[in-house]
Amino acid sequence: MNTRTSPVSRFISWAILALCVAYLTVPLITQFDYSLRMRRNTLSFDAYSKVLAIPEGSVELRQTTRGVTLKMPRFYSSLAFSVLAGVLTIAFSTLVIVPTTYWVHLRLPRLKPVLEFISVLPFAIPGIVLTLGLLRTYSAPPFALTNTEAGTMLMLVGGYTVFVLPYTFRSIDAGLRAIDIRTLTDAARSLGANWATVIWRVILPNLRVAVISASLITFAVAIGEYALVNFLFPDERSFGSYLAAMGRNKIYEPAALTIISYLLTWGLVLLIQRIARGTSQPSASIR
Amino acid sequence: MQRTIPLSVRRTNWAWLGTAPFFLFALAFMFLPAWTILSGSFRDASGALTLVNLRDVFQEKILAAYSVSIQLSVVTALVGALVGTLLAYAITWGGLPRSVRSAVITFSSVASNAGGIPLAFAFITLLGRTGVMPKFLKTLGLDLYANGFSIYSLTGLIVTYIYFQFPLMVLIMAPAFDGLKREWREAAENLGGTTFDFWRRVGLPILLPSFLGATVLLFGNAFAAYATAEALTGSKVDVITRIISVQIRGDVMYNPNLSYAISLGMMVVLGVSVFLYVLLQQRTARWLR
Repeated sequence: MNTRTSPVSRFISWAILALCVAYLTVPLITQFDYSLRMRRNTLSFDAYSKVLAIPEGSVELRQTTRGVTLKMPRFYSSLAFSVLAGVLTIAFSTLVIVPTTYWVHLRLPRLKPVLEFISVLPFAIPGIVLTLGLLRTYSAPPFALTNTEAGTMLMLVGGYTVFVLPYTFRSIDAGLRAIDIRTLTDAARSLGANWATVIWRVILPNLRVAVISASLITFAVAIGEYALVNFLFPDERSFGSYLAAMGRNKIYEPAALTIISYLLTWGLVLLIQRIARGTSQPSASIR
Repeated sequence: MQRTIPLSVRRTNWAWLGTAPFFLFALAFMFLPAWTILSGSFRDASGALTLVNLRDVFQEKILAAYSVSIQLSVVTALVGALVGTLLAYAITWGGLPRSVRSAVITFSSVASNAGGIPLAFAFITLLGRTGVMPKFLKTLGLDLYANGFSIYSLTGLIVTYIYFQFPLMVLIMAPAFDGLKREWREAAENLGGTTFDFWRRVGLPILLPSFLGATVLLFGNAFAAYATAEALTGSKVDVITRIISVQIRGDVMYNPNLSYAISLGMMVVLGVSVFLYVLLQQRTARWLR
């Protein structure tokens, strides 16, 4: 693309690229190779089928005192739990970020620096510290949230919303900058829409690229997170806790799980890039 | 006419109401937990004000953990920043094909998100005691583990953290390199400058704030990391986040107020880095974009 680059600098560039690509791929290649070695003296996908297998009778609907529960092999139940946490976090983030940011853009531009400041604060609160703070704030009266399942989930979702706030806020903020919210709002209002309708049916659809790319980051975090979820749900029902437990107890399965979770991350990143491409919005939210 | 006044009053009320969800969320999930930590740092078990917790942070074991975490963060931030900048240069100004660039960006997004437990697994397979690399090097006559190397050590953590540090640097620096205008280089050449002059007098000074800001970000990224260290080294290396996790679990030396003070220390270190980052970011904004 730059025809004037000297051959020397081009050679150096290829060399740097080769070294970096080696650093990034060698651990994955060896891990993939290792994941195929469960059966002696031959390559097989045994580790994967051990992890992914659905033995007969392992899936059942059960009626318990707490309602109907679905029993599944741990890979699926833990992934389902973390995906659920991700979905709830996406809904919750959207609910707390979009209306406020919209309103600040429209009516209170002086508050923009305040929002920006708050949105970088999570960088100063490590996950484990937020975990400690949340647990100690909400495990005792006056707000004993950890006593109930729903309360514990709310803490998890709130915590995840904090973790991804720098990315979700930046993404939605950029999205709002890219559309003419004043005209859209005036048009909708003059047609008789109330504020909830304006946000839900006019602003949100125009922000879908921003919201979707923020959502995918949220998914990546929810699936990989370990500290907060492991302390909130000590019964190890999350995907992160499942991975950690497999790492302690198994030999080949962790290798297969590494590859599977990398594939999940790859899928999410490719989706983000596909969605971000072809729009005027920067994909600034990818870290 | 009478109606205009109440309407405008209602509008102002609405304006503040509209910002409520976000601020309530920030209050409940950031400020209250932070306040618990801040106020708890200055109280003893009975709730009386004290400075004992802050003094106790300066005991050997905790200072050692801070020191390990800071070494780990400084080394991986510097190495990550240098390597990441070189790679960002290679894919923007280095004359590599366009397709290489987008592949590197994609891979970097994956790798910078890839921290945590799976990454630890991959490095244990590669560099663990019976790992692929030590086995291979042994056949060449080099015994890594007999020569003091171990993946379950600070060195091991450094090698592993770099895996997500330099890709993060690439993601920040590639747009910064893009922001350098080709015209500036032509201008430098027209004035008789060499390539070296251009980078020394124009390119690097403009990139410096970005570079420093991103390096600070990398430092914070490593300093706050927990899951990777827990899965890789566990109790063999005490990083500061692990000390806090042990305190939460409430095993040995359980003292909630001390754990608040340790956390406060982390937040102070990271608060300073975020402040520096924002400052440097504003500098950058002047030239780029």
